[in-house]
Amino acid sequence: MADTIDIQNKPALTKKDFASDQLVRWCPGCGDYSILSAMTNALPQLGIPKENFVFVSGIGCAARFPYYMNTYGFHTIHGRGPAVATGVKLANPKLSVWEIQGDGDALAIGGNHFIHALRRNIDINILLFNNEIYGLTKGQYSPTSPTGLVTKSTPFGAVERPFHAGELVIGAQGTYYARTIDTNPKLMAEIFVKAAQHVGTSMVEILQNCVIFNDDAHAQVTGRDNRDDFQLHIEHGQPMLFGKDKKKGLRLNGLKLEVVTKGKNGVTENDILVHDAHEGDSTLHMMLVRLKPPHFPVVLGVIREVKAPAYSERLAAEIELSGQKSRYKNMDDLLNSGETWEIK
Amino acid sequence: MSDTITNGKKATVEKDKVVIRFAGDSGDGMQLTGSQFSFTSALFGNDLATFPDFPAEIRAPLGTVEGVSGFQVQIGGVNIYTPGDQADVLVAMNPAALQSNLRYARQGGTIIVDMDAFDKRNIEKAGFKNNPIEDGTLDGYNVVEAPISSLTKTALEGIQLDNKSVMRCKNMFALGMMYWLFDRPLSDTEKYLDGKFKKMPAIAEANKKALHTGYHFAETIEALPSMYKVPAAKIEPGKYRHISGNIATAWGLMAASEKLGIKLFYGSYPITPASDILHELSKHKHLGIVTLQAEDEIAAVCSAIGASYAGQLGVTASSGPGIALKGEAIGLAIMAEIPLVIVDVQRGGPSTGLPTKTEQADINLALYGRNSESPCIVLAASTPSNCFEFAYTAAKLALEHMTPVILLTDGYLANGSEPWKFPRMSELPAIKIPYAKPNGEAYLPYLRDNETLARYWAIPGMAGLEHRIGGLEKQENTGNVSYDPANHEKMVHTRAEKVDRVANYIPDVEVMGEGKGKLLVVGWGGTYGSLHTSVSELWKAGRDVDHAHFNFINPLPKNTRQLLSSYEKVVVCELNMGQFASHLRSKFPDIKIESYTKIQGLPFTVTELKEKFISLLKD
Repeated sequence: MADTIDIQNKPALTKKDFASDQLVRWCPGCGDYSILSAMTNALPQLGIPKENFVFVSGIGCAARFPYYMNTYGFHTIHGRGPAVATGVKLANPKLSVWEIQGDGDALAIGGNHFIHALRRNIDINILLFNNEIYGLTKGQYSPTSPTGLVTKSTPFGAVERPFHAGELVIGAQGTYYARTIDTNPKLMAEIFVKAAQHVGTSMVEILQNCVIFNDDAHAQVTGRDNRDDFQLHIEHGQPMLFGKDKKKGLRLNGLKLEVVTKGKNGVTENDILVHDAHEGDSTLHMMLVRLKPPHFPVVLGVIREVKAPAYSERLAAEIELSGQKSRYKNMDDLLNSGETWEIK
Repeated sequence: MSDTITNGKKATVEKDKVVIRFAGDSGDGMQLTGSQFSFTSALFGNDLATFPDFPAEIRAPLGTVEGVSGFQVQIGGVNIYTPGDQADVLVAMNPAALQSNLRYARQGGTIIVDMDAFDKRNIEKAGFKNNPIEDGTLDGYNVVEAPISSLTKTALEGIQLDNKSVMRCKNMFALGMMYWLFDRPLSDTEKYLDGKFKKMPAIAEANKKALHTGYHFAETIEALPSMYKVPAAKIEPGKYRHISGNIATAWGLMAASEKLGIKLFYGSYPITPASDILHELSKHKHLGIVTLQAEDEIAAVCSAIGASYAGQLGVTASSGPGIALKGEAIGLAIMAEIPLVIVDVQRGGPSTGLPTKTEQADINLALYGRNSESPCIVLAASTPSNCFEFAYTAAKLALEHMTPVILLTDGYLANGSEPWKFPRMSELPAIKIPYAKPNGEAYLPYLRDNETLARYWAIPGMAGLEHRIGGLEKQENTGNVSYDPANHEKMVHTRAEKVDRVANYIPDVEVMGEGKGKLLVVGWGGTYGSLHTSVSELWKAGRDVDHAHFNFINPLPKNTRQLLSSYEKVVVCELNMGQFASHLRSKFPDIKIESYTKIQGLPFTVTELKEKFISLLKD
């Protein structure tokens, strides 16, 4: 197998290098276009040779993503992307593995693989395109659809309660969770770069719009008139401020978060929570994940990024230990081990 | 066999083969006793085959029938292919062991019981109304009442051990008796005990003492009718070891990986009777093996597919229920045309069925258990030791032909063991992977080798060969997604032909016999031993019957038609409702094929097979 090539001697990669020759076939106006563009912007920043990128996906609109990237790509079967990506990464830890999922793929049919990839902390990047609807099968409710949503399979409104991806990530002991939105390409690209740099399973939820079956699902968060009030962009070490003039902020009141305004009721910047993405205790991260309109903004940015050994690191240690403990250096040793006898 | 019972005088009975069965509580160490007896006999020069009979429950209550663990071994001065139909000597360590194993004892055979264990409570627990030793249940057997527990206890009085540890030595007492009965040395087991209990010399001492005491007890008592003499067999010279089917499967896969210099990735979810493959591979990570105990069967196969995609030898294994779950993913590997080995250690079914019992009923699953036109290469191992050869072959074919291979073994092969003349790595055939090479032109992922039709393989990390593949239909050569009707038809035919052409790379099926005549007995997989033994015994009696055994199920060997049409009658014997017979009929509708089946979770016995063949020869 060809080893990685010294990139010092190669011209730096550009966005164009990552675009495949395939016609992109998402619906006009689909949020996936901007995600694709953000990705081709992000990858050249990583300094990784192009042949070391692998995009893996399951089934769904989002799962077509690998066809549009001029990298190695594997479009697999419904829900199983994280399991395939796990095999790819364990087979060759040098690879930068990206796994693309929709909400049905990741949280319904593939829910088991999703949580176990997080629990194992495989060093892969999972992108969840969350449009709260089934697109490719033409408009059924998904496990992230809000209760009451009228769809083809719920003519009287969905009776189920939705999953919140971030809660699952934290519940599964995920070490990296970021949330971003398809209307903000700059934030997406930034988060993709950070996700790639994190060692362990990085999970990025992208609030994505399906123009055909669930248009404006995220309008309350993305709308021009209210987005400042309903988007809180957090950064590690920075106070959690939002609003048009960054006067609103989050404060901890007992065991609950509340929205306060600087300068009102004696609130100063010192009262505002400062984001600590690296905190091991996930309590506050879990609270941030749950916030949503109308009483709270949706939190965007890297919510959780903690250090823990990645699976491949532990595996390397295990292989080392196995080598120390074993008397066998190769198969001939093993075949001749234990009780053998000679027939003459 | 006729046992000569003489009063006082120890006669020697010479036998060309003898079956011994050890049975006791799960905690009584019967597996160890049986394997020590087997090992000593192998060193002596006997050929042999063994089969353990574990209870399904992990720790059933002491003294109950559910908790009985058995171990059967057939040793011979002739070549041995099965653990034997019925035991000439049965060792029963308690009433429950007698209750559940009496049916495996041959009428007229010897039954050795630990009479100390036959108290009222144990007798009732085992479901006997009266003491079976006294009430005529054992009439027609030569019963040896040995006070195994109490004599073990007395013998070990001088050794500082708690009562539990003392009682654990009673299996060595029983083994000692068997060593006397078969005139075997104690030294091999003594050496084993010294090694095993290196850090616990008192335990080693106690076990050795129990072994000797049992030996001398057998020598002294008059109840034992005679010593058996089973001479050394004529065995092909070479270096041997014992191997069970599951270990042989694991090693065969490892050997393929080492031969290739690529890593072995094994994705698996625990399931009886396949888990031992996972256990074995997990021990040898430093030999280039990655094992993943996946969250479920689907993740197990998908992670293996991911590893194959990334350039390793991806393998998954399971038993029937798990293989059913993997079907969709196997279809992906067929479509993406990447190598993958799937091992199915068959067990009794359907559904959860009989997890610890053997059956051969997954051949249809292997051939047809996927949506649409999804042909796989299907192989079947036929002895515990040749699981090595066929696991190796499965990996070789998967990599050389760029397609999934299903290897069928079964519970009987997986847990059975036999002496194996093992190969050196240098003797194993080479494996040539059809790697793609960058040549400056655009890489076409579905460009194929003209002979095999395997596509050329580019793996992530190879610069200039970046490409996308997946489960959607592929345009020929480019591999781009294609909905073109004519292209689809062509690709379906191409994938099928790729598998069919494997017939050019596999050996003809061998026939034991003339190659023509009155009756051909056809088998496949784990029934080899019983079919071979039955047919060779009939042969010796001058009967016109041959045996052909299939290891290549799909595609079939090229000489199959010619062979089947060379006999007046063909009977396919298998442990299912006739699946391989149907497969052959569908390929050769003009040849009349009869079917003989058994579906009891048990292997064929030689006796029942011979009866069947004799009746077929009469018609």
